[in-house]
Amino acid sequence: MKAVISVIGKDAVGILAKVSAICAECNANVTEVTQTVLQDVFAMVMLVDITGLNIPLSSLADKMTELGNSLGLSIFVMHEDIFNTMHHI
Amino acid sequence: MINLSDILETIRMIQDECLDIRTITMGISLLDCVDSDIDCACEKVYNKITSRAKDLVRVGEEIEKEYGIPIINKRISVTPISIVSAACHESPVKFALTMDRAAEAVGVNLIGGYSALVQKGFAAGDRELIESIPEALAKTSRVCSSVNIGSTKTGINLDACKLMGRIVRETAEATVDSDCFGAAKLVVFCNSVDDNPFMAGAYHGVGEPDCIINVGVSGPGVVRSALAKHPDADINEVCNIIKTTAYKITRVGQLVGVTASERLGVPFGIVDLSLAPTPAVGDSVAHILEEIGLEQCGAPGTTACLALLNDAVKKGGVMACSSVGGLSGAFIPVSEDAGMIADAKSGSLTIEKLEAMTAVCSVGLDMIAIPGDTTADAIAGIIADEAAIGMINSKTTAVRVIPAIGRTDGEELDWGGLFGHAPIMKVNKMSPSKFINRGGQIPAPLHSLKN
Repeated sequence: MKAVISVIGKDAVGILAKVSAICAECNANVTEVTQTVLQDVFAMVMLVDITGLNIPLSSLADKMTELGNSLGLSIFVMHEDIFNTMHHI
Repeated sequence: MINLSDILETIRMIQDECLDIRTITMGISLLDCVDSDIDCACEKVYNKITSRAKDLVRVGEEIEKEYGIPIINKRISVTPISIVSAACHESPVKFALTMDRAAEAVGVNLIGGYSALVQKGFAAGDRELIESIPEALAKTSRVCSSVNIGSTKTGINLDACKLMGRIVRETAEATVDSDCFGAAKLVVFCNSVDDNPFMAGAYHGVGEPDCIINVGVSGPGVVRSALAKHPDADINEVCNIIKTTAYKITRVGQLVGVTASERLGVPFGIVDLSLAPTPAVGDSVAHILEEIGLEQCGAPGTTACLALLNDAVKKGGVMACSSVGGLSGAFIPVSEDAGMIADAKSGSLTIEKLEAMTAVCSVGLDMIAIPGDTTADAIAGIIADEAAIGMINSKTTAVRVIPAIGRTDGEELDWGGLFGHAPIMKVNKMSPSKFINRGGQIPAPLHSLKN
């Protein structure tokens, strides 16, 4: 089972570190990261394995939203199934 | 493998284009709650609703967070109360109060099923229920009511049309302090369906299982944005864009429905393939029609645009889910659609045009405020007209008009939230009284020689 963490907002020092720290704390294994900085906008998509997650996925989403608010970024945590069902037949 | 642009597209659809799941509705049968002692029956009803639906809101919110998709409403529909209350031989208002209490206890915002099915005549309990609707809707905040007065198989019960004309008015009068809001929770149907997840017309049909989950999707904003990217596409291309978008929207509905049904341990019923607008900016069906190429909704060509939109939504959606049902189509509730509100105010959109539009979409004259001096017989005439469209075309049609007691056209009713605000629209002043008062049953139509 995997989830997609998407981070969009103004670039700053330590975004990746802070997001990864929460993943580690919740036992979510980061399997893939794509990130770009276009002008000042930071966009990162992270694929994480949530099989061994030590809290409910909804709580991880809450933690990331909280982090996003404190950094002035939008962070979305979404189960991979929503992308698979929407975009694949 | 998940593609980066798919991820960003999904996020944009949800964040910027108002993609959401409009409702997860749990249908609950109350057939096993029948009792000749009304207090005993009400206790059984309360216990059944609160036990079956105790986790509905929690599971809904969990899914919302895990998939990152808003689920706007969690709701409940129950067996038409006239069937449950028939054995009690007294006013069924106690059932409405019980439903309201149960809905509050489990945290749902609306509960549907204070209903009667009288398309061919009144059975025991039906008249009592219908007569009690104004009081029931005035005394409760979450209860929704509907009455089916006709069908393609049975024809139209003209006595019920007449009765409902009066009941719609009395419901508005009973709730005049809240901008006649009671009438916004009352729908009069022809060809009503058993598995409709949308309020105010949802009830749990007698042929349904004991408990079931139905889902209604939304997403007018997504369709409009998709079309805006292809301003010069020909009409075939327009249909294809709508189909592709409807497919994606409906797939999310299917996913949410299946997940909710698994977690609640309740069978999954249907996805209602719908485009349900809200008064929010960027969530309007009228704006889709304008994107297709109308100066304003109501212009010549509106019915054709709506017909192709409605058909393409169904074609795209039907492949995306295991079971389709409910009302399935684009909704055109005036007060709940920012574009329709503006078009009604400007005079471009009239009741007569809306009536034509209901022949090609879901579901009927919906959330329309009419002048307070509109007579009960005139409302009955509006109901009969709409029912005739449904009966002849074998489709569901409905009337949810709100007589604005003490006000007239040019003024407005404002309920806020998802119900929005409604400019009061002109109604033809000529009287249909003689026709309505003839009473009896309009016979079922012929099913061949169709022209």
